[in-house]
Amino acid sequence: MNARLSYALRRLILTAPVLIATSIFVFLLIRLVPGDPVRSMLGIRATPENIATVRSELGLDHPLPQQYWDWIWGVLHGNLGHDFISHEKITSLLKVSLPVTLELTVLAMLLAVGVGVPVGVLVAARTGWTRKVSGGFVIGAISIPDFWLGLMLVLVFTGLLNVLPPSGWVPFTQNPVQNLRYMILPVVTLATGQTAYILRTTRAAMLGTLSEPYIAFLRAKGLRERSIVYVHALRNASGPIITVTGIQFGVLLGGAIVIENLFALPGVGRLIVTAISERNYVVVQAGVLTVACLFIVVNLLTDIVHGLLDPRVEEAVSS
Amino acid sequence: MTALVELRDVSVDYAGHGGSVSAVQNVSLTLGENETFGLVGESGCGKTTLSMALMGLLPSSARVTGQLLFRGQDLLAMSEAERRQQRGDELSMVFQDPATSLDPTFGIGYQVAETVRAHRRVSRGESKARALALLREVGIPAAESRYADPPHRLSGGMRQRVVIAAALANDPSLLLADEPTTALDVTIQAQVLDLLAELQRKHGTTILLIAHDLGVVAQICDRVGVMYAGQLVEVAPVVELFAAPRHPYTRALLEALPSRGRRGRSLRVIGGQVPDLSDPPSGCRFADRCPHRMDVCATVPPLVDSDSRRRIACWLDPATRATAGLPPLPAAPTPDAPIAVGPS
Repeated sequence: MNARLSYALRRLILTAPVLIATSIFVFLLIRLVPGDPVRSMLGIRATPENIATVRSELGLDHPLPQQYWDWIWGVLHGNLGHDFISHEKITSLLKVSLPVTLELTVLAMLLAVGVGVPVGVLVAARTGWTRKVSGGFVIGAISIPDFWLGLMLVLVFTGLLNVLPPSGWVPFTQNPVQNLRYMILPVVTLATGQTAYILRTTRAAMLGTLSEPYIAFLRAKGLRERSIVYVHALRNASGPIITVTGIQFGVLLGGAIVIENLFALPGVGRLIVTAISERNYVVVQAGVLTVACLFIVVNLLTDIVHGLLDPRVEEAVSS
Repeated sequence: MTALVELRDVSVDYAGHGGSVSAVQNVSLTLGENETFGLVGESGCGKTTLSMALMGLLPSSARVTGQLLFRGQDLLAMSEAERRQQRGDELSMVFQDPATSLDPTFGIGYQVAETVRAHRRVSRGESKARALALLREVGIPAAESRYADPPHRLSGGMRQRVVIAAALANDPSLLLADEPTTALDVTIQAQVLDLLAELQRKHGTTILLIAHDLGVVAQICDRVGVMYAGQLVEVAPVVELFAAPRHPYTRALLEALPSRGRRGRSLRVIGGQVPDLSDPPSGCRFADRCPHRMDVCATVPPLVDSDSRRRIACWLDPATRATAGLPPLPAAPTPDAPIAVGPS
């Protein structure tokens, strides 16, 4: 069988136990929070009868394994349960909020990769001021917390220049241009730190690769510097870049929770934060599971792409 | 013998933090068409620097002076773009370690084919056909099925064959082989040397073989040049050099080889140390370790024709002495004269 295909399949199968463990973790985490969710939800005036009714409605009177089984059985059939405040189906809540989070994170990642990788490649071969400037940017961008950066950007682009809206959102399908205008500040805020990480990783990986003997041999073969750098060196340096990008995507999802609240974007992050404050744990559970699955899928893709680019990876896994 | 390469007074200095390092000093050398020339000397004597200067692949800290003529054209006067076009086409190079010479992420066939495409306007299909032919020629078994294999699936000897195929892809006139067998097992070494010799015969390529192993040189070279601390000290046909070395360093080098005649006795070593090239002695760089040291050795001996086939740079040699108006020494030391034996 094709080695690369079998590598991808093996990697896919390995994802199953991770998903199961994640779901158990998410399920238990919410139940480990101190305090009775039903009691805090219904308030101090709730009668014991009321509490008991809601409890059995939610299945909380069952033992934990059965609760888990009921929940995961639903999840596997596309039923994430109901929001027990608004009584909406959670799947329809996610249908609205997930695209917002995906748009935000994917745009931020594209911006970070689109800037970080080319700039990292460019500065790798250089000394002097370009290197100092990029080094300064990296330190600055990594050190600045994103909520602060977001506020500062709002201050400048809304307060001083008044060119961009401070917060809010319209659906992309309704008005694409407005939607993107609302997205600019959150995306830039979220992407800045990521750009710095990716730039630094790219630069370091390229520096290491460019001093390899096979690069000297490529020069001895008379290849153009452009194809040596972008075809050979970048492909060899791509391992760490892709790995860091995959891991940073998880950081990005975490950051999105803060940024969505800062810029009032109705994404999964905002959904989770609101649900936490309402002790709406069915929603929290579903939201966290969604984000965790996203992260796992991204990591799966990362590994597969890495394997495709470097033939040594798939063999390291199979041996 | 028509000259393919002519080096005239080539010096290479590396700029460093604490001053410059003189890696190669005033080397003059002519390589003919269709010749296999061995360049020997210990590590750090400037062999690799010299070949990298020919390829135009020295780091930016290196300063090259003198003239490097290739088919009469001064390489140092050419633009970087012109030199790039020449590399891999007219002149090629094989590096020491096949384990690191090939890009680990590309198939071996691709890496041969891309050398063709870098210099010829050919389609992918044509370059692939050429690459397959080359892989077969260098002795890769089942070349078609191995074409897409990444380098790590091949043994060291096979990888070096691929490197040689890539270097010879455009039928270069000059192949620089920098210790091509040093990283290989002894049996594989012999196979790779045979391959180089065979390809040389078939294509008439001039090979500059860099080695520290005199046995390797003896096996395939026509002529040999001996370098010491950046200076070229002796050039001779390989048989004559082994039979009658004239420069004291060459003699000491041959004496240091283990041989059947000296079985059971400790190996001879050359006493003293290689001079510090950031502060080299002003004259002959071997003088401090030479048993025949004279006052005149404080002046650099020029490399001159000792006879029709040999060149030597040593004040013991009558031809060298004649350049400074010195009479021949009354009793020139014979090749068997004692040489310095230091503690091992």
